[in-house]
Amino acid sequence: MAKSLGPVKRKFAPWTDPAATPFIRFENITKKYGNFTAVSNLSLDIYEREFFSLLGPSGCGKTTLMRMLAGFEEPTEGRILLQGQDISGVPPYRRPTNMMFQSYALFPHMTVEKNIAFGLEQDRLSKGEIEARVQEMLKLVKLEEFARRKPGQLSGGQRQRVALARSLAKRPKVLLLDEPLGALDRKLREETQFELMDIQHTLGLTFLIVTHDQEEAMTVSDRIAVMDKGVIVQVATPAEIYEAPNSRYVADFIGDINIMEATVVSAGSGNGSPGAVSLDCDGLAVAVAADQECPASAGDRVAFAIRPEKVRISLDQPADTSVNAAYGEVWDIGYLGDFSVFLVSFADGRIIRAAQANVSRLVDRPITFGDMVWLTWPRDAGLVLTR
Amino acid sequence: MKSSRFDPVILTLGFAFLYIPIIILVIYSFNASRLVTVWGGFSLQWYSAMWSNEGLMDAAWVTARVAILSATIGTVLGTMAALSLVRYARFPGKTLFSGMIYAPLVMPEVITGLSLLLLFVALNVDRGFWTVTIAHTTFSMCYVAIVVQSRLLTFDRSLEEAAQDLGCPPVKTFFRITLPLIMPAVVAGWMLAFTLSLDDLVIASFTTGPGATTLPIKIYSQVRLGVTPEINAICTILIGLVTIGVIAASITSKRAELRRIRDEHVALRGAA
Amino acid sequence: MAETATNPNAGPARWLVVAVPYIWLLLFFAAPFLIILKISLSDTAIAMPPYTPVLEGLGALGDFVSQLDFENYTFLMEDPLYIDSYLSSLRMAFISTLLLLLIGYPMALAMARAPTGWRPTLVMMVILPFWTSFLIRVYAWIGILKPEGLLTVLLQAIGLLGPGEQVQIFRTDTAVFIGIVYSYLPFMVLPLYSALEKMDATLLEAANDLGCPPLKAFWRITFPLSLPGVIAGSMICFIPITGEFVIPDLLGGAETLMIGKTLWTEFFGNRDWPLASAVAVLLLLVLVIPIVIFQNQQQKVR
Repeated sequence: MAKSLGPVKRKFAPWTDPAATPFIRFENITKKYGNFTAVSNLSLDIYEREFFSLLGPSGCGKTTLMRMLAGFEEPTEGRILLQGQDISGVPPYRRPTNMMFQSYALFPHMTVEKNIAFGLEQDRLSKGEIEARVQEMLKLVKLEEFARRKPGQLSGGQRQRVALARSLAKRPKVLLLDEPLGALDRKLREETQFELMDIQHTLGLTFLIVTHDQEEAMTVSDRIAVMDKGVIVQVATPAEIYEAPNSRYVADFIGDINIMEATVVSAGSGNGSPGAVSLDCDGLAVAVAADQECPASAGDRVAFAIRPEKVRISLDQPADTSVNAAYGEVWDIGYLGDFSVFLVSFADGRIIRAAQANVSRLVDRPITFGDMVWLTWPRDAGLVLTR
Repeated sequence: MKSSRFDPVILTLGFAFLYIPIIILVIYSFNASRLVTVWGGFSLQWYSAMWSNEGLMDAAWVTARVAILSATIGTVLGTMAALSLVRYARFPGKTLFSGMIYAPLVMPEVITGLSLLLLFVALNVDRGFWTVTIAHTTFSMCYVAIVVQSRLLTFDRSLEEAAQDLGCPPVKTFFRITLPLIMPAVVAGWMLAFTLSLDDLVIASFTTGPGATTLPIKIYSQVRLGVTPEINAICTILIGLVTIGVIAASITSKRAELRRIRDEHVALRGAA
Repeated sequence: MAETATNPNAGPARWLVVAVPYIWLLLFFAAPFLIILKISLSDTAIAMPPYTPVLEGLGALGDFVSQLDFENYTFLMEDPLYIDSYLSSLRMAFISTLLLLLIGYPMALAMARAPTGWRPTLVMMVILPFWTSFLIRVYAWIGILKPEGLLTVLLQAIGLLGPGEQVQIFRTDTAVFIGIVYSYLPFMVLPLYSALEKMDATLLEAANDLGCPPLKAFWRITFPLSLPGVIAGSMICFIPITGEFVIPDLLGGAETLMIGKTLWTEFFGNRDWPLASAVAVLLLLVLVIPIVIFQNQQQKVR
């Protein structure tokens, strides 16, 4: 699968601007259920018009965090600010946030129209206004002719649109989406991802999405917060998360990656650039040119990580085999259509994966099972992970 | 599971056992002869005799009023009790509360009846229509609570959260979202409570007073004197009413089921 | 969900939802039991109400303790009538429950194995008699079982009985068993059916596939998995049968001893309220163990 970073994005990066005020601020939030800590001393800023993802495995606290913003749960400690105002104690029905539920939570006894109008009725808008807004929403999600149907008479994709229209009808300041596309099949999911981004862009709303699907998060988000066991491991743009994960956890969670334990031989000065690091991966010499100062010093145990698509595979011996080069046997090949992944095994039992784009149509593969191959990678392809 | 060839035989015997006594009772209510064993030809005389039996009719009227009133109050209280059990994680004495909900289901009626009577005497309340109604409300609410509780356990809480998220306060959410969706269970609970109240002899005997003789008490006192065809007649009418009610309810739910299946077809066509 | 307990929206309306049914049950279910306990410890009096009040408000707690009187219980223990009634009730309830299991289990199994389309109808057919009056169903058997009743006529017609002979079942324990099994059968079949119906059919196929013949598979797989249903059905029948009054009264004879009937006679016949209360308290004590089993079972199901 080719990973898309979405349509051409306007330059939008308020988080880099120290003067920008956050729209939503989680301040030292802790949530405990008895002895279990779901969210632990978490702080996070989200900016207006941002499409923000909370990404992590189930049980990492992402849904709890979202439900605290919606008002279904109260933080045990800390506070949540919305436009600078503390919203603790404000019940969900008085918060300017709306949520699209994972199960969609469409009211089965009401028609599509009535479902969409429900939130507007609570605001005591006039009949005409409600009618106009409902029509607008139906048009937005392209469900005009389904207005009189009940949720039971809709397909999964249509239900998802109704749920979206219902949560957007009140023009919330923040739209919360809990695994919004989880119930859709793959193709529909991809289409819908782009529609969601369109809608967010058109309406200029702030979207907070909870998902365990890394591809979905990568596709739709301006920024992603990767969560694990109640804490945020990394907050960054999709590209940063993918190319510069800050830990083994993030590197492993997003995409496919080779991770090897290593010892630092030398770091910093000596090799030229300040971020140059020499590693010893149990006998394999690796040189990494990082764009930032590496916090590790000689003798530290770290991890060397490299994405399979950044590893070149070749039958020919490279000019320099002293560094960033490994010689092994093709142990297995996974054909994925657009890509082939080669699992190359080494004498010490280690396996490194290398991915190669299948640029030409079915031809006899130049590299096949049992071949002895050279794996090489440039200095700027890999990463040093200290945690 | 694979069925065995004995299954139809077992089912036939089982249902014969369940239904033959009732069918015989119904047939003999149309018997012209007073003797149970002799078929004296078709007659409606016992029905007219029943109709003109004032004591019996009075009792039927009392019973109907008690049943409607106790089933209705019991349904309100039972629904509240079910909500308490399912929706409140912890409150002081929850174990005692759920114990008091389940206990009347199995409690021998003689104990429930006697203890309620002693309460009414201790409170110096005159026994009659209202004491029977209170007694019936008490066991009715427990049955309703069990029925509604099982529906609430499968209720998707996110529907209520969605309503609140859209600005609907909790109490309004209950009436606009929760109640309409659990209505079938609430109605089923009411029907159960109603028939149990119609049926009760023992608890009513303990808690009733002068002027509030219920139909089962009346039937019981006549049955003790021997089988009378008039009782056959009123029993037949009761059986008929209940059968019609149950069949109507099941047809309604079958219709709803058919509609649901049709809806699914519509949805599939719509998706294509 | 723990969330509701800490929900900030818990307004007074939410507590009313708990409080109203709770207070109702405390007043009309729990309080009566305390009163019955109290009265079982007081003296018989001729006046109406026929007991001397033990307690006139909570202030008199001291008096209450000093006046406590176990003579009703001593009397129950000494009079073989009561001991025999308890034992006989338990015996009758035990045998009836066994009979119900023997008849109900094959029925429930046959229902669970019936084609899917038939099952709702079969379930409704089991429930339907339950909706008709208990009293009517017991009454229907009188016409069948009495000596000049329909069973006699039928057996004479097919020649199993001579013209002068009559069926001698009415007003015996046998008639009581028939009445109990008949009345309680739906209560036994339904929990068994729901336990059997949700059982995965492939489990038996797996057992057969692994070389287990059908009959053995039943005892190794089906029956153990249906045990929760067996326990629920047995308790839901055993407990009320022990205190049953209507069936032994209408179908049983003079020698049919059941505690529910004894209590009724003590209360309505002899007007000895304290003694009747003591009978009820002891009955409750006898039933505490099965009731606790039943409640645990219900909690597990949830």
